[in-house]
Amino acid sequence: MERSDLAVSCRGLVKRYGELVAVAGIDLEVRRGECFGLLGPNGAGKTTTMEVLEGLLTANDGAVEVLGSRWGGDDRALRERLGVQLQETQLSEKLTVRETIRLFRSFYVRGREVGEVIRLVELDAKAKARVGKLSGGQRQRLALACALVCDPELLFLDEPTTGLDPQARLSVWRILERYRQTGGTVLLTTHYMEEAARLCDRVAIIDHGRIIALGSPAELVASLGADQVVEVRARGEVAPETLAGLPGVSGVTAVDGSLRLAVREIGTLLPALLNELERHQASLEKLTTHEATLEDLFVYLTGRELRDDD
Amino acid sequence: MMIDNARFRRLRPLAELTRVRMLEFIREPEAVFWVFVFPVLLAVALGIAFRAKPVSSLEVAVAAEPAAASRIEALLHGAPGLRVHLMGKAEADHALRSGRVDVVVEASGVGEGMPQDVTYRYDPTRAEGRAAHLAVDAALEKALGRTDVLEAHEERVSRHGSRYIDFLIPGLVGLNLMGSGLWGLGFAVVSARTRKLLKRFAVTPMYRSHYLLSFMLSRLLFMVLEVAAIVGFGWAAFGVRVNGSFAALAVVSVAGAMTFAGVGLLVAARPKTIEGVSGWMNLVMLPMWLLSGSFFSYERFPQIVQPVIRALPLTALNDALRLIMNAGSPLAATWSQLAVMALWALVSFALALRIFRWT
Repeated sequence: MERSDLAVSCRGLVKRYGELVAVAGIDLEVRRGECFGLLGPNGAGKTTTMEVLEGLLTANDGAVEVLGSRWGGDDRALRERLGVQLQETQLSEKLTVRETIRLFRSFYVRGREVGEVIRLVELDAKAKARVGKLSGGQRQRLALACALVCDPELLFLDEPTTGLDPQARLSVWRILERYRQTGGTVLLTTHYMEEAARLCDRVAIIDHGRIIALGSPAELVASLGADQVVEVRARGEVAPETLAGLPGVSGVTAVDGSLRLAVREIGTLLPALLNELERHQASLEKLTTHEATLEDLFVYLTGRELRDDD
Repeated sequence: MMIDNARFRRLRPLAELTRVRMLEFIREPEAVFWVFVFPVLLAVALGIAFRAKPVSSLEVAVAAEPAAASRIEALLHGAPGLRVHLMGKAEADHALRSGRVDVVVEASGVGEGMPQDVTYRYDPTRAEGRAAHLAVDAALEKALGRTDVLEAHEERVSRHGSRYIDFLIPGLVGLNLMGSGLWGLGFAVVSARTRKLLKRFAVTPMYRSHYLLSFMLSRLLFMVLEVAAIVGFGWAAFGVRVNGSFAALAVVSVAGAMTFAGVGLLVAARPKTIEGVSGWMNLVMLPMWLLSGSFFSYERFPQIVQPVIRALPLTALNDALRLIMNAGSPLAATWSQLAVMALWALVSFALALRIFRWT
């Protein structure tokens, strides 16, 4: 791939805070026009990676290139082309939506009209409202407006929908899809696998400062070798190994006292599974099945849930 | 024209930042109270406490054997500025302790028209005590026949410009420029840092110096209102006049506002919490509250610390304000104070910009 086709590239990225290794060697390539997601639990190193790419932090090791430039040269020219939304920035509550966007607009030589951005993020009705009076979803859209006001070539979004209700999340997704239609590139972090699956062309799953899987959401799910996941909890002695041998099972993971089976043919598995439980005189407490997702891949790779907070 | 446009565009973020800074301030009712109303209330309270009192008389207790007491009372009769009270000894002691009388005159009896064994009891640490002792003694001696050889005239000073309130108002202007500069900037900057707003600004192409300059500029505009509020109040309520020119007062006030904006930015350059910056600001301001002569003259401090006191920015500001307002000096007379302030402003601004923590 031509280097000019890359919006972001980094190799061997390492960031340490004293003893703590936040990023332990990450290689990334984000293509122009692509939406790339960093998916991982809290503390996986997503935000640190983003802040190195945004030029806020200096890496201990590795090479970073953003829109063909390195940090430490003409940084202001590079920042002209970047839109950034940081995690948990609290904009001034005393200012109105329009005043806030107008302020951010003034920092850039080129960009969109303030009114145009307000429409883009669907805040027309709130243009004159103080930021302090906005709902969580509206604040998030305002943060997005501040990132979009320079008409960026590349948009960095750190957990753009964390803490939002489903309605508000949908409207953020809608705005991002609109931005992408104009050819923009997006690099986002999230710990919502639905978000990664819905928005991203490619996803890197990060855990403990390393990429443990990389690919399109469909490829990643397919790498599980299964299309269904069966979660079983039974009272009695059932070893994971016994269930792993059942027909159609491609993998078994124990999570919080229950077993998750990655399954190819659920029709043949279910009778066999019930038989097996009966043979071990284990009484079934819970049995659920769902379509395999990125979350299941994460559980399969790490033995942990992606989300432990909500 | 093209060049002018480009230059204007370059300054637009600075204008926007300053505008936003002022909007934030005036939408914070508490801040408005502390900056404008509080100093006026302080001037009212201090002005009343130290207003020019009608010259009060000195209170004299006579605690003596009855014949001696009436003789002393007769001798003191008509002495100017003395008020005589006849008391028992215990009552007189109590009145002296509580400051109700300034001196107690005791005597054991009268012989040939002279009070016998006259004793003055007074507290030598109180100015009124010393004055009353001398006044009573002089009045008694005179009544008993001493003649004054020196003929002296008295001139009583209570002209405008030399009262305590005339001294106080410039001090309050200085104190307020320091307080609002440090608190106003310190809190705004550190709060923006804790809210990650500084970090958000740092990922835009905003000139970092513009952010700091916007605080200096917004201080400049509010300074006009602050100084006008206090000086205007002092004039309306106490007749405190600006004896020098208003232009000179404006220049000195600008210098003061810039100085404390710079110091405020420096104090706020690193702290991550409001508690942290509050501690630092108290540490910076407390010595100046005490030493810089806002409420009383710093000339009373030992000679050896005078150069240090004069190097403090608030001392320079207070001195310059008093030269303009009280002494009516021209601006040129304040050059050394202006130099001290300019040095503080430039060094603290440059240092703040250098060590400023954005993340």
